[in-house]
Amino acid sequence: MLHTVNKSPFQNSALENCLRLARAGDVILLLEDGVYAAAAGTAKSSLIEQALKRHAVYAIDADLKARGIGTLIKGMRSASYGEFVDLVEQHPVHAWL
Amino acid sequence: MAGKGKKVMVTVRKAPHGSIYVQEGIEVMFIFATYDMDLSVVFLDDGVLALQPGQDTKGLGIKGFMASLGALVDWEVTNVYVDRQSLKERNIAEDGIISIGKNEDTDEPIRPKVLDSADIAAMMAQQHSIVSF
Repeated sequence: MLHTVNKSPFQNSALENCLRLARAGDVILLLEDGVYAAAAGTAKSSLIEQALKRHAVYAIDADLKARGIGTLIKGMRSASYGEFVDLVEQHPVHAWL
Repeated sequence: MAGKGKKVMVTVRKAPHGSIYVQEGIEVMFIFATYDMDLSVVFLDDGVLALQPGQDTKGLGIKGFMASLGALVDWEVTNVYVDRQSLKERNIAEDGIISIGKNEDTDEPIRPKVLDSADIAAMMAQQHSIVSF
């Protein structure tokens, strides 16, 4: 399963809700305002730090650049739109809107 | 003129780029600034993310509004504040936030003034109107 999250972790609990139900080995993809969860050193960084123990976690590169997010949590991967398409092809998608 | 001398505050509480709120908020700041009101602007909660340096929206295929934020002082939006706690929670350095204009004499960048929550609450209590984005 590929879980996508597009809301800021400071704005609502979509990411927390997603991580509560995602099963080990599922892939998490952060996009749009969801990529703020990928930034290192914030009050919400522990969510992804914990998730990385059970999941591969990606963030869309264009969304990171648009928001000026320079330092990612260690272990986070960035993904191009092309790689996003590849992930969607490889997994059933659950969008946590 | 309607609103003359009234204390009006615009708050920005949403993250930039993911929705149109911040863009609309900036439009409203520029409109209010053309009237003779006592305007203040506060960035707090996810709104402080709009002040993060180094934002490049080319990859999203949108123009973005960083140039508008950089020209707030030119458009006489000068009372601009940012919440210290919101910056800290998001690991944004207080002295690294983007500038909103330049000092005409010294050419030094002008940045939003960082305030504690209690100071912002006190300012809010003095307003005739608060418009939230």
